[in-house]
Amino acid sequence: MSKQIRLTTPLSTEDVENLNIGDKVLLNGVLLTGRDAAHKRLSELIEEGKGLPIDIKGQVIYYVGPTPAKPGKPIGSAGPTTSYRMDLYSPKLIELGLKGMIGKGNRSETVIEAMKRFKAVYLGATGGAGALIAKRIKKAEIVAYADLGPEAIRILEVEDFPVIVVNDTKGNDLYKEGIKRYAKE
Amino acid sequence: MMREISTKEIIKVVRNLCIDANYNLGDDVLYAFNQAVEKEDSGTGREVLRELVENARIAREEKVPLCQDCGLAVVFIEIGQDVHITGGDLREAINEGVRQGYTEGYLRKSACNPITRKNTGDNTPAILHLQIVPGNKMKIIFAPKGGGSENMSRVDMLTPAAGIEGIKDFVVKRVKDSGSNPCPPTIIGIGVGGTFERSAILAKKALLRSIGDRNPDPELAKIEEEILARINKLGIGPMGYGGDTTSLDVFLEIEPCHIASLPVAVNMQCHAARHKEAVI
Repeated sequence: MSKQIRLTTPLSTEDVENLNIGDKVLLNGVLLTGRDAAHKRLSELIEEGKGLPIDIKGQVIYYVGPTPAKPGKPIGSAGPTTSYRMDLYSPKLIELGLKGMIGKGNRSETVIEAMKRFKAVYLGATGGAGALIAKRIKKAEIVAYADLGPEAIRILEVEDFPVIVVNDTKGNDLYKEGIKRYAKE
Repeated sequence: MMREISTKEIIKVVRNLCIDANYNLGDDVLYAFNQAVEKEDSGTGREVLRELVENARIAREEKVPLCQDCGLAVVFIEIGQDVHITGGDLREAINEGVRQGYTEGYLRKSACNPITRKNTGDNTPAILHLQIVPGNKMKIIFAPKGGGSENMSRVDMLTPAAGIEGIKDFVVKRVKDSGSNPCPPTIIGIGVGGTFERSAILAKKALLRSIGDRNPDPELAKIEEEILARINKLGIGPMGYGGDTTSLDVFLEIEPCHIASLPVAVNMQCHAARHKEAVI
């Protein structure tokens, strides 16, 4: 059965091993943001054997490209983007110590295998609920690739940021289980 | 009777439509969310649907975008043949309206060069579909389109032998294969007939309908209902976490096609189904 769990980043291997698909998690602490363009750059640095502009050990990357912040607000609307576009880059980051990814939509078998092997989780946020999710983000600061605009890497300070465990460290997949349970034919 | 419409007015109308569409979800979609909450079997599915209702409320009240993906600026214009546009270039006026709307409305600019991936910076150019109609008015429909659901859309050229069952299977398989990616509950636009490109435009146009609006042709209306029923048996559910609410509606539009062809386009629309219109 699913349960609600409160976690604070950075996450330990034990933190993520305790999670199961369907669990509702409220994240606190900081999240890193990044999507296609930022992942491509990080990946190029790794290939060239260079250091990354951010420390990803124990961290959680949120796949988001927010709208511009209105005056007085830390961030604009900030819901998740579709994750499969990051599939090519994720296994390497997981191997380097990334513990969580937040997005929406299916991940590849390669990413699921990497999560199982190196102990990480994939968390779903509600796509299209950008106005609602933004309420849980208290501060946002660009830390790398400012030239990418909405795709820049930011550090977000979050309070009870709501996600659901989609892929756990045991190779389970909420999307597949959900269909199995509710498909009528 | 010929009538003059100034580009100045067009710019203002487009600007306001950009902001209105991104801040204010249509009542038909909200109603569909609330209906779905009543019917959805999955507890997590109901929670997601309630979040979407709450999200729409916050966006409306605080005047912020519903979704961070404020879309490419898709604009349908029906222009009366007796309209004379004054004060400049129509296409530039549309783009200027988009530029102002996306900048002043704090909307995300998502348009980029497809090869270099460099952002154009102001969400232009708009994807403009122009149609000349009788009369001396101009109808502007603004329908921003997010990338997540657009990426799950497909066109296929079926054989005439595939027939109506082939069309239904293609659509249902597309929704099934898209899984959680297009932000379900989705709305499905289907264009059948015309040429390759025409079918896709028909599918996009189909998405401009309000939820619950059936095709006036009873045969086509029946097909819409059959496809919707099949989709909602797939079990994908809200955000793909499992459930009965995979799509909120299916809209089918057809046009005559070549005797050798059966073009079918499926345009997937996420639940942030935004479209607003104005008549000048």
